[in-house]
This record gives sequence, C-alpha cells and structure tokens, in this order.
Amino acid sequence: MTWFDSPADVATRLEGAGYLADAATATTTFLAGALEKPLLLEGPAGVGKTELAKAVSRATGAELVRLQCYEGLDEARALYEWNYKKQLLRIQAANAASSSGQDWSSTHDDIFTEEFLLTRPLLTAIRREEQTVLLIDEVDKTDIEVEGLLLEVLSDFQVTIPELGTVAATRRPYVVLTSNASRELSEAVKRRCLYLHIDYPDAERERHILQQQVPGLDDRIAQQVVETVARMRELELKKAPSIAESVDWARTLIALEIRDLDEAAIAQTLGAVLKHQSDHERAAKELKLNRA
Amino acid sequence: MNADRSGLLDRHLAFVEALRGAGLSVSLAEDLDAVAALSALKWSDRATVRDAFAATMVKKQAQRTTFDALFDVYFPAMVGNGAAAAAAGEEAAEGGAQGGPVKDNAAALGDFRDRLAEMLEAGMIDESQLRQMAAEMVGTFGAMPGRGPGLSSWSAYTALQRVAPQELVDRLVQGLMTDAVGEEEARRRANRRIGQFTAMVEDDARRRIAEEKGPDHVADVAIRPSIDKLAFMAARRTDLEEMRKEIFPLARRLATRLAKEQHSRHARTAPLDFRRTVRASIATGGVPITTHHRPKRPHRTDLVVLCDVSGSVANFAQFTLLFVFALREVFQSMRAFTFIDHVHEVTGHFRLGADPVDVLADLSASASHAALWGRTNYGRAFTKFEENHADALTPKTTLLILGDARSNYSDLHEDALRRLTGAVKRSFWLNPEHERNWGTGDSAAPTYSEIVPMIECRNLAQLQEFVHDLAW
Repeated sequence: MTWFDSPADVATRLEGAGYLADAATATTTFLAGALEKPLLLEGPAGVGKTELAKAVSRATGAELVRLQCYEGLDEARALYEWNYKKQLLRIQAANAASSSGQDWSSTHDDIFTEEFLLTRPLLTAIRREEQTVLLIDEVDKTDIEVEGLLLEVLSDFQVTIPELGTVAATRRPYVVLTSNASRELSEAVKRRCLYLHIDYPDAERERHILQQQVPGLDDRIAQQVVETVARMRELELKKAPSIAESVDWARTLIALEIRDLDEAAIAQTLGAVLKHQSDHERAAKELKLNRA
Repeated sequence: MNADRSGLLDRHLAFVEALRGAGLSVSLAEDLDAVAALSALKWSDRATVRDAFAATMVKKQAQRTTFDALFDVYFPAMVGNGAAAAAAGEEAAEGGAQGGPVKDNAAALGDFRDRLAEMLEAGMIDESQLRQMAAEMVGTFGAMPGRGPGLSSWSAYTALQRVAPQELVDRLVQGLMTDAVGEEEARRRANRRIGQFTAMVEDDARRRIAEEKGPDHVADVAIRPSIDKLAFMAARRTDLEEMRKEIFPLARRLATRLAKEQHSRHARTAPLDFRRTVRASIATGGVPITTHHRPKRPHRTDLVVLCDVSGSVANFAQFTLLFVFALREVFQSMRAFTFIDHVHEVTGHFRLGADPVDVLADLSASASHAALWGRTNYGRAFTKFEENHADALTPKTTLLILGDARSNYSDLHEDALRRLTGAVKRSFWLNPEHERNWGTGDSAAPTYSEIVPMIECRNLAQLQEFVHDLAW
C-alpha cells in the first residue's frame, strides 16, 4: 500500500523511470504518498508537471488515469454519466413488451444500474482495485463549479451517485493535480492538497535531463544549449523557453547535425525554442550584442 | 518523549503564528498536515524539513519568499558564528591567542576579501561553505556593539559597505574567464555569484538579529510584501524589473478570468436556440436532453487613456499602460496619450506583438514630447487635450486618467476636465498615492475627485482588480 519508502527512494525510482527530480520534488512526492494526500503541482508550462505524474505511475507500476480539464468540463465528463440512449431503448423495449406485464417501477430499477453507468476518469480511478495514479491535468482551466465536485473526491476519495449511493475508494489513488496558475484555485481545494511549485531546473539538472532525453548529445553542445536557454529565460520574453523546448532544441541540433552552437546555428534553429516574433527579435538582439 | 519539553512544539506554533501574521492563511488542517509530514520524514536534513513545511503550508508561489525568510528566522541554519567557526575559535584559544572570532582590522579585511574571491572563483560553489563565509563576514565586519547584553546588533549594510563584494567583480571575471567562457559570460556569472552571496549576508544578519531579539521582532519588521502587493512608488529598480515580468502573465490570467466569467454568465442568460435543440433531440427519441443557446455578442469598451508621465509617477503610468494594452482583446479600441504639461499621443507604440522592452523605451523617449516647460501641469494638459484631441472622445468612450494629481500649484482648469468627462460614457482616475495623502501639499486630488471618481491604485493587485471591473 505504501508508495515510496523515503525521499531518496523517490529520487532513485523516478530516475529509473526517466525523471530527474530535485530534492524538493522528491520530498513532496514522497509526502503525497505517505500522507495519502493529493499533490498540487504549479509552475510555468513545460517544466515537467504532467511528466512527474506519469513518472510516478511508471516507477510504481500503477495505472495512470487521466482527466484533462478544459473550459466547460462538467460532471458528466469528469465523474459519471447515465447512458441515456440505452436507457431510452430499454424503456421503449419495455413498453413494447408491456403485454408481458413488466410495470414502471421495475423498469425504473432496471435503468439505473451498473449496466447503464458510464464511468468517467474520477469514478474510474476510485473504483479501481489496483494501484492507480489519478492525474487531473490543468485544473485551472475548469470552471469554479467543477472544483466543488473535486472536493468530495479529493478529501474523502468517494463519489455520491444519487441513484446508486456512495462509492468509496477501496484503494486510495495517488492523485496529482497540475495547474499553470492561470486562475487562483479555491482555498478549499488547496487546503486538501500538498503544494509544490516546480520551476525551471538549475543548469546542472537541466544538462542531465537533456542528456537523458536526447541520446547522442555530446557534453559541449548540451552545455551550450543549457547556457543559452538560461540566458533567454533572463530576458523579458512573452514565452520563456521550457524544458520541453530545450529538449526539442537539442533534438533539432542533432537532426541537423550541428556540432557547435554558434550565432548562425542559433539564428537558424531559434524557431524550436521561441514561439513569438517579438521574442525572436529580442533574443537575436540580446544574444548578438553580448557576442559582438 | 514530551514534545512540550523540547520546545519544538512551541517553536512550530510560533512559526505558524508568524506565517499567519505575514498573511498566509495556514488553517488548522494544514498545521496538522505539517506535523504529520514531519513525522513521516527524517529530520536530519534542514532542507527536507523546509520542503515538507512548504508543501503543507504554502499554497501560493507568491508567498514562498515570505515563507523562506520566516523559516530562516525561526529555524536558523546555525547559531552564533556556527559550529565550524566555534571549532576554529577553540583551536586558536589553545594556541594561546585571544580566541573567539577574527578581529576587525584592515589586515583582516584584506585577508577576508582574498578568501572570498578565491571561494567565488572556484568552479563548483559549496553552499554551506559560502554560508559560513557570510556568517563570518556579518560576525566580523557587520557587528554593531551595544552598551549591554541584548543591545548589540548586526548590520548587513555595514558589512557589505566595508567588504564591498561588488568591487571583486573584475577580479572574478579574470578568474572565471577560460577558453570556453567569454568575458560577457564570465561577467554574468560573477555578478550572479556575488548577488547570491549578498543575499546570504542579508539572511545572516536577519538570523542574528532574530537570535538576539527573538524571531517575532524580525517577522514584524523585516519581511517585505510580495511583488503584487508592493507599492509602485516604493519599488526599487530590481523590484520594477520583477514587476515588469509579471505584467504579461498577470494580463493573461485576467483575460482568462474575464472570458470565463463572461462564459458562465452567458450560459445562464443566453436565449434558447430552438432549432438546434430540437434537431439534437432527434438522437434521443425526441427528448431534448441537451439544450443549445444562441451565442451572445461580447460587450467591449472603447478606452482612452490619458496619463501623467512626469518623473514621480512614470513607473505607475508605464505599468498601467502596458497592462491595459496587454489586454487589447478585451477592449474594442484604445488610444493612449501622455502628458506632463503638453499632450502627446502614444497609441502607435503599442503595435500588436510589440516587444515590451522597446515599448517602454519609446514611452520614456516620448516623455520629452510631452513636456514643454518641464513641470507637471494638469490644467494645461486638459486644455491642450481638449484643443487637439477632443475627437478621441465619443459617448461610447471610457476615459481613464492616470496620475497623482500633483500639479505644482498651477491653475487646475476643472472646467476643461468637466467638459471632457461630460463627453464620454464613463470616466475614472487612478491615483498611485495612498488615499491619506490626497490633498496634502500641491495635490489637487480633492478638487478633481469631485469631477471624476478617483480610485487608489498603488500596486499590481489593485490595478488588476480595477481593470477587471472596467472590462466587465
């Protein structure tokens, strides 16, 4: 039932699953398992929040159930839904066969059973008997109402279905929520979660990540990529490059067989890292100024 | 084991109290979580304890700085000069010397700077050693002896003035420059390391004061507000840079929030699209299970911004302009004018996708156009605006005036302002000064606020709230 033995255990097992965690991440990941509390991850886009949840599932051999949040997500998509069409068919079939004597109350009992229940990610995760990692991705994208729905799941690990009663988790899932902080989550949700802010990694860790993710990347160019990306993050950009983007960049360089990241190479491949025209201009200006 | 006896529980509770005092909402549930987290972990590593506390009690990244500062105060990394220094002191005492820390004199100062430079030059920096250095520096060069026990104090400022690590930059650059590392890169690294060290020195001084006077005193005095609560007028240069980086994320957050609120209100009030609803009901045997609604036209505001860019309020005006323009999709059209005593249109600087750094540079350059005599004169600015740009104002416009209403005792021309506000749908005045200062000295705030609703707007949080209400 325990997920991890210690923060050190987290670090080694996540590394085995291809995720390099820093000390704070390892400690908090361990605590989320030990205290059986949901873990809320915040931070800029592309620093590996979703990846952490996936790595936990890989490292522990647990199945990953993912709920991708979006504007307009509702109970029917997050929790469960009745299969109306099938229910209607059943009612019509019952009407047709009413000569055989089936009355309304038995039909009513009939159409609210497991057979007509469509489970959505939250309910699925709770009902699973095996170890489960439940990933609630980009929770800040949902409407406030959905948060209320999450509260019951996150604090008691149970869901109440009016027609069926309360379904409680037989085995508590490891819950990870991710958020880009585009909206402040409610105090109530935050109170139920452990909180971790994941930021851009330091140069050393980013270099390790690059070397792990991009095979065939030599030391020198990895160093250059990390340094240049770090410089870009210090500029005032609209979208600072994330880890995902520096990995993309390293892959681009490998694909183009560029061995040295000089000015020309940067100018040629900048599109892999920066996604706004004005960011391109600014980066070109700043990086050249400092090299001239 | 009795937790009461060890004093740890008291310390923990005091820490939680201090966090609450500093504005973090740490509930009892979180407090209990923190204790549960600690019992699940080994305590031997201070960093682990801090991470565990942070995971359970901090729920907003903006609060992290406050949390770290308070954690350092309540759970200091070392006591006095630290264990290593104490050991060194004992050795010295055995050698027959006077014992205790190094004496403060010119030779010691030179020696210390040499050692510091050496350490900062090293390829890999050992953080605990650096912290020890910082402790030594504050202990030796930042001591401000008092008349009796408990009256002495420490000053990071004095220590930094005397050791002046900034002057080591050139030396560091020489040391860090290698074949692979150019001078620019070396200079950047040197500055970063010295910055890191300076922060450590400041932390250490805070820690020592806390040791002397009790943590509660420091928690009350030395903790700075987070960046969105920091007043524009009181911000330092580094703060301003940080605030500028916040502008676009803040605008994006606000835009999402607005879109969402409009969306949710829309869903409840929009008229039913009968045809689509009926057509969709065919799939369910004529039972209209899902309803469809007509899309509603979003409501948009025409905005004219008129802002004072004189020295005293330039920062505030720039932030507000950038912020409002970052939200261009929320407003239908927008024109901006700057003034000191003469009006100058700056709408053109805000091209779509323009680089904010360039925009700000252009704006400061345009300040020279806005000044003929060089002293803020609201009265003349309003009359000039009425003469030259009255066509910008229509009955659909919202007029936004930014400024502190300090007009150097000149003619206020309320009548001009009254005509301007009469021509538009709504008008607001944002004043970056604290409301209690309105009307003091040359402030014309009371006069103008009778004509235009005047709103105090001193920090990013207040600005965000105002723009939200404006766009709604």
